[in-house]
Amino acid sequence: MNSILYKKQLSAEVFQMRIEAPLIARERRAGQFVILQIDSQFGERIPLTIADADPDEGSITVIFQTVGRTTHLLALKEVGDTVEHLVGPLGQPTHVEKFGRVICVGGGIGVAPLYPIAQAMKAAGNEVIIIMGARNQELLILEEEMKNIADELIICTDDGSYGRKDLVTAPLKEFCEATPKPDLAVAIGPPIMMKFCAETTRPYGIHTMVSLNTIMVDGTGMCGGCRVTVGSETKFVCVDGPEFDGHLVDFDNMMNRLKAFKWREDTDHHRCHLEEAIEEAGKR
Amino acid sequence: MNDIMHRTKEQLTEDARLELAGLTKPLSPKQRLAIPAQEMPAQDPVVRRGNMQEVALGYSEEQARLEAERCLHCPAKPCIKGCPVGIEIPAFIQEIAKGDFKAAIGIIRQSSLLPAVCGRVCPQETQCQAPCTVGKALKSVDKAVSIGRLERFVADWERENGLMQPPAVKPATGKKVGIVGSGPASITVAADVRREGHEVTVFEAFHRPGGVLLYGIPEFRLPKAIVDQEVNSLKSMGVEVKTDFVIGRTRKLTDLLEKDGYDALFIGTGAGLPKFMNIEGENLVGVFSANEYLTRANLMKGYDPRAATPVFPSRKVAVLGGGNVAMDAARSALRLGAEEVHLLYRRTEVEMPARVEEVAHAKEEGVIFHLLQSPKRILSDERGWVSGMEVLHYELGEPDSSGRRRPVEIKGSEFEMDVDTVIVAIGNEPNPLVRQTTPGLETSKWGTLIVDDSGKTSLDRIFAGGDIVLGAATVILAMGEGRRAAASINKLLAEK
Ligand SMILES: Cc1cc2nc3c(=O)[nH]c(=O)nc-3n(C[C@H](O)[C@H](O)[C@H](O)COP(=O)(O)OP(=O)(O)OC[C@H]3O[C@@H](n4cnc5c(N)ncnc54)[C@H](O)[C@@H]3O)c2cc1C
Ligand SMILES: Cc1cc2nc3c(=O)[nH]c(=O)nc-3n(C[C@H](O)[C@H](O)[C@H](O)COP(=O)(O)OP(=O)(O)OC[C@H]3O[C@@H](n4cnc5c(N)ncnc54)[C@H](O)[C@@H]3O)c2cc1C
Ligand code: SF4
Ligand code: SF4
Ligand code: FES
Repeated sequence: MNSILYKKQLSAEVFQMRIEAPLIARERRAGQFVILQIDSQFGERIPLTIADADPDEGSITVIFQTVGRTTHLLALKEVGDTVEHLVGPLGQPTHVEKFGRVICVGGGIGVAPLYPIAQAMKAAGNEVIIIMGARNQELLILEEEMKNIADELIICTDDGSYGRKDLVTAPLKEFCEATPKPDLAVAIGPPIMMKFCAETTRPYGIHTMVSLNTIMVDGTGMCGGCRVTVGSETKFVCVDGPEFDGHLVDFDNMMNRLKAFKWREDTDHHRCHLEEAIEEAGKR
Repeated sequence: MNDIMHRTKEQLTEDARLELAGLTKPLSPKQRLAIPAQEMPAQDPVVRRGNMQEVALGYSEEQARLEAERCLHCPAKPCIKGCPVGIEIPAFIQEIAKGDFKAAIGIIRQSSLLPAVCGRVCPQETQCQAPCTVGKALKSVDKAVSIGRLERFVADWERENGLMQPPAVKPATGKKVGIVGSGPASITVAADVRREGHEVTVFEAFHRPGGVLLYGIPEFRLPKAIVDQEVNSLKSMGVEVKTDFVIGRTRKLTDLLEKDGYDALFIGTGAGLPKFMNIEGENLVGVFSANEYLTRANLMKGYDPRAATPVFPSRKVAVLGGGNVAMDAARSALRLGAEEVHLLYRRTEVEMPARVEEVAHAKEEGVIFHLLQSPKRILSDERGWVSGMEVLHYELGEPDSSGRRRPVEIKGSEFEMDVDTVIVAIGNEPNPLVRQTTPGLETSKWGTLIVDDSGKTSLDRIFAGGDIVLGAATVILAMGEGRRAAASINKLLAEK
C-alpha cells in the first residue's frame, strides 16, 4: 500500500509524486488534503494537498517543497518505495460552482494546491484567470498545466528572471479595477501573500477565498492545534477548512502560530538530527 | 513532598510477608479489619517526575495475598453493584488469598476484557470500592479493599507469565461487522463479535490503534505495551485492523453497509473534540488543548529526543481543569521539563472529577494546585506569545441543577500569574465527523449519539457505545457499553 508510482523534481526544492492510494483517489475532491507520516515510530504527521488524483489508476499526486525533516525524507524516497502512513482525504472540499470570472492567485508552492481548484473552476464553466508568482524562474512550478486550463495566465517573479517583475498583488489589483470585475478570487501561497491578496481585493468587495496551511497533528478535529481566528470565531482548519474567507482571517495570529515550534527547527541540535536522518535514509 | 516517607516496593513487600506469616486462620472479621491496607508501591516522586516510566509499580505477591485477606466476603456483595460490568469481586479476591491467581483472572475475564487497563485507570473510589463494607467499617473509602489493585495484580501476573490467551473463535459465519474507532469500547466489541465467528474489521483514524488509551492517557500511568498487547490479542483472533482510515472521509459509514457488504456496524469514535474556554488570548502561541499537548507527548513520543514531533518548551505552565485529563497534562508537563506547573480549578478539591490517586500523585510530584481560581484572560507579549494570565478568585455559591455548588467569581479579585504556557483541559465533546457524514443518525443536543437499550442508533444495523454515546466518561463504562452492543449485534446476526 501507499507505494510511490512516479517521482519528478520540479525545481530545486519542489518534488511531485504519484502515490498509490485507491480509496483516497476515489473519494477526494478539489481542495482536500492528506496527512502522511514517514517512520511510524518517531515520524511527524504532515499535511499535503492532493494536487491531483486518478481514480482509475488508484493514485493521488502530491507536490511538496522540502522545508524540514519530513519533506526532506519524502524527497529521498524513490519509485517503488512506500510512504508508511497516508490518511485522507481530509478537510472540506472547495465550493465549486459557476461564479463567472474567477481569479486564481498562486505563490510559490501554493501553486500546487491551487491547481486542482483552478481545474475544477474551469470544469464548472468559469472563466479562469491565473496569476502565478515565484521568487525566480527556477522555482516556478506547473506552468504548462496551468497554461492548459487558464483563459489568461500571468507569471510574476520577484527578480524579474521570468514574466513580470512584480508581486502577484500588482496584476491582481489591475484585474480588480478592470471590467468585468472578477466574481471570485482564490489566493493560495505563503500566509503573507494571502494576507496582501485579501487586502488588495477588500476595497473592491470581491469575495476572496484562501487556503490556510497551519500546523496540524491529527487532521480530524481532535487536537485544535490548527485553530485560527476567522471573524470573531475560532475555527479548526483541518475540519472547518482549509478554505476560508480571506477578508475574515486573522493572518497575523496565524503567522505567529506557525512560528510556535520554529525554535526547534532553528536549533543546531535539530538540524544535526535532521541531517543524520537524511543521510541515513539516503544510504538505504 | 513526603519523600522521607517514601517506601520502596521491597520494604512494603517485607512488611506484608511478616504480616502474612503472623496471621492465624481462620480469620475473624475483626482480624481482617485489623490488617493494614496495603499501600501501592510507587516510584519515588523526586525520581519519577524526571522519567516516563509507570509510577505505580503494582503489588507484590505477598501484598496481594495480604490485601485479599482484608475482604470480608459480605453475603450481599455490595462491591459488585459498584462495578459497571459486575465482576464477581469477592470470588476473585478469594482465589488471590488462596494463591490461585489463574482462577482469579479467570473469574475477572468472564466480565471484563481489559483488566490490566481497568485495574489501573478505573475511578475505583467512586465505583466498586465506594460501597465496600471494609471501607465503611473503617470510615474511609481509602481503607476499602483495594479491588482495582488486586485486579491489576492478577492481570499483570497473567500477562507477565505469558498466560494470556485470546478467546476461542467459533467457525466462520460469513457475516461481516465493521467497527469504527479502536478505543476500549471498540476493542470490546471486536473481541465479543469475533468470538462468534463473524468477520471483524476495525477502522481507526490514527496510525496506531488504542484510542485514548494510547494518545491520551500517558505512559507513566498506562504503559502502551499493555494496550498493544490487547490489540495484538485481537489480531491473533483474526480481527483486521485498518489504521489511517477515517470513516466519513476515507469511506462513508453508509457505504460500508450498502456497498462493501458489512452486515452490522459499531461506532466507537469517542469524545475527541477539545473544548476551549472562549476567553481572550486563547489562540496565542503557547496555548494548547490537553488533547494536543498529550498527543504530542504520548502518541507522537514527544518525550523522546528521536521524535520529529516537537513539544513546546515551557518554563511555567498553567493547566486549566480538574479532571484526569488535567492531571495527565500537568504531570506530563513536569516530565517534559517545565520548571513549574500550576493547576487551576474553579471549585474545590472535593468537586474535582479526577481519580483521587491521580490528584495525590500530582501533588507529590510538585504540581501546584490553585483551587477556586480560573483565568479571565490570557495575556500576550509583543510577539503574540503567552506572557501570563489574569486570574480571578471564585467562591462556591448555591447548588446548580446537577446538585454541585456553582462557582461564583469574586469581583475585583483579579491578579496576574506569570506563565508562558497554558493547557486547556476543561473537557471534550464528540467529534461531529461521523454524524455530519451520515444522514439520519440521531444525536442529542450535546452531539452524542442516541441509542436504545440494545445500543442501536436511529439507523438499522448501526450500533454505538462508549464516549460517543455517554459524553466523556470512563474506560470501564465504554467497555460495558461495548459488551451490550456486541451482544445485540451477535443476536441480530444470529437471527438474520
Ligand atoms: C492543509 C495543508 C495543505 C498543505 N499542502 C502543502 C502542499 O501541497 N505542499 C507543500 O509543500 N506543503 C503543504 N503544506 C505545508 C506542509 O504541511 C509543511 O511544509 C510541512 O508540514 C513541513 O514539514 P517538515 O517536517 O518538512 O518541516 P518541519 O521541520 O516540520 O518545518 C520546517 C519549517 O516549516 C514550517 N512549518 C511547519 N509546519 C508548517 C505548515 N503546516 N505550513 C507551513 N509551514 C510549516 C516550520 O515552522 C519550519 O519553519 C500544507 C499544509 C496544510 C495545513
Ligand atoms: C487524558 C485522558 C485521561 C483519562 N483518564 C481516565 C482514567 O483515568 N480512567 C478512566 O476510566 N477514563 C479515563 N479517561 C476517559 C477514557 O479514556 C474514555 O472514556 C474512553 O477511552 C472512551 O473509550 P471509547 O472507546 O468510547 O473511545 P476512545 O478511547 O476515545 O477512542 C475512539 C477512537 O476512535 C477514533 N475515531 C474517531 N473518529 C473516527 C472516525 N471518523 N473514523 C475512524 N476512527 C475514528 C479515534 O481516533 C480514537 O482512536 C481519560 C481520557 C483522557 C482523554
Ligand atoms: S472493573 Fe473497575 S469498577 Fe469493576 S471491579 Fe475492576 S476496578 Fe472495580
Ligand atoms: S464489599 Fe468489600 S469486603 Fe465486602 S465482599 Fe466486596 S470487597 Fe469484600
Ligand atoms: S489538526 Fe488537530 S484539530 Fe486540526
